[in-house]
Amino acid sequence: MKKQRRVGNRLFMALVFLFLYLPIFLLIIFSFNSGNSNAVWKGFSLHWYTELFRDRIVMESLYTTLLVSLLATVISTIAGTFAAIGFFNMRRRWRSPLMTVNSIPMMNADIVTGVSLCLLFVAFFSFWNSFDLPRLSMGFGTLLIAHVTFNIPYVILNVLPKLRQMDKNLVDAAMDLGCTWMRAFWKVILPEIKPGIVSGALIAFTMSVDDFVISYFTAGSSTQTLAMAIYGMTKKRITPEINAVSTLLFAVVLLLLVIVNVRDARAEKAAAKRHN
Amino acid sequence: MKNRRSGFAVPYVVWMALFVVIPIIIMAVYAFTTAAFDGTLENFARMGTYLSVFLRSFRLAIIATLVCLLIGYPLSYMMAKEGPRFQKIAMVLIMLPMWINFLLRTYAWMSILETNGLINQLFQRIGIIDLYNSIAIHFVSDPANYVPITHFKMIGTSGAVVLGMVYNYLPFMILPIYSVIVKLDHSLLEAARDLGANSFGVFRKVIFPLSLPGVLSGVTMVFVPSVSTFAISRLLGGGTQMLLGDLIEQQFLGGAYNPHLGAAISLVMMLVVVVCMVVMNHFGEGEEQAVML
Repeated sequence: MKKQRRVGNRLFMALVFLFLYLPIFLLIIFSFNSGNSNAVWKGFSLHWYTELFRDRIVMESLYTTLLVSLLATVISTIAGTFAAIGFFNMRRRWRSPLMTVNSIPMMNADIVTGVSLCLLFVAFFSFWNSFDLPRLSMGFGTLLIAHVTFNIPYVILNVLPKLRQMDKNLVDAAMDLGCTWMRAFWKVILPEIKPGIVSGALIAFTMSVDDFVISYFTAGSSTQTLAMAIYGMTKKRITPEINAVSTLLFAVVLLLLVIVNVRDARAEKAAAKRHN
Repeated sequence: MKNRRSGFAVPYVVWMALFVVIPIIIMAVYAFTTAAFDGTLENFARMGTYLSVFLRSFRLAIIATLVCLLIGYPLSYMMAKEGPRFQKIAMVLIMLPMWINFLLRTYAWMSILETNGLINQLFQRIGIIDLYNSIAIHFVSDPANYVPITHFKMIGTSGAVVLGMVYNYLPFMILPIYSVIVKLDHSLLEAARDLGANSFGVFRKVIFPLSLPGVLSGVTMVFVPSVSTFAISRLLGGGTQMLLGDLIEQQFLGGAYNPHLGAAISLVMMLVVVVCMVVMNHFGEGEEQAVML
């Protein structure tokens, strides 16, 4: 009886995982199709990969995506860490309302964040361009501002708990022993909150690479991220070039995950050895 | 001493004021004005003409959320009962698709559901289409004029849009529920059993109430993106299933350029999110907040 239920559970889980992965596997298989269909197999070829690397739009949008994600991650990690330290040292009366505002970009639907930022940029640029100044319009700069804005809350959310866990006396001790605050920050606080900073940065990077809706509303007409390029391609017709993009992205993500997991497992093993 | 370090937050507070608070204020101003920036409530009144879009958005998002809950809850519950190694691998397997852009995941379904897509091909091969035709001909009023179907229409239906939402947002339901269930205090379950509850009783009286914060956070995390999506409905709904997201997008970047109406709809959508949050906080009071991603 109990065993039957266990088999039933496993079967249900297997079905859900099949549902999650079957479409992705089909994309990968058909990226190697020599025909231009996603349903009829015509034979193995790497045609769509060569086509992909020749596609200027895709390559440029990939470059934009990586650049904006990296810059937004660096900026929001540094700014978010300092903001978290500031919030941590703030009186509760001030901190609670500010933390509520901080959570707005995380809670709001992406489209609302995108639309409101779009309206701000439009209003600012029409104000700016009414003077006799060099004309400005939405582009990479506004895209970067938008990405930083939705990334910082995630960094703060990851760093703040680490600050709370930290022994407050450590900083005081370091300063009693003659450290300046800056030195205490580098030598004491930073090593303590490093895991929070790293996970915050990882989430920020993921959010940036994955974002479509907010970028769509803030990038203007001349700048394009990879997600926007893909959206443009799907609107026209189905092309296996998109399958090739997905396959490459999937491979990169898989590789990163394997590396992270192997490193974790090694660290655990090393820690276990030290205990013995 | 303590307050001096709080100065580190000042640049970010300014940033938030500029890029979080002011945009929302501008949005509200747009929502309550005409193109000439005279105060008006007309934008909200005009939403009445889009009532069908509102109803469809909410209907599809609610269905998608329920389906996610019906799949996600049992799955999280079963996962939490497995060994630690199984759990770890299952977690990675659930998170992995989230790292692939949702447009690509939605696109994958396009080629499966198409008229000449994989499902219709499969159905043709194994004779389901013929079977359907041979049954359906007995049920039509005029069998002589019956036109046999060559495929099932899947893309461009509301079912396809719901499928896309479920496929994209299911992990958002599983992760918070799982993280609450896995942390449940086992002594509580034992106590309930010792006091005579059967396994259904334990679930109904102990496990389910305690997992409610996770459920609520999962429901919000699926409902909010579902009700506001525009790419999924565009790709899988084939333009026939207009949702609130499509409506907003059209007011800003599409043909029906009217940012004032778009801002009003966005404001309503923000209100929906706030209501969701208030309800969630009300139920989750005193409970440990379910972990966000």
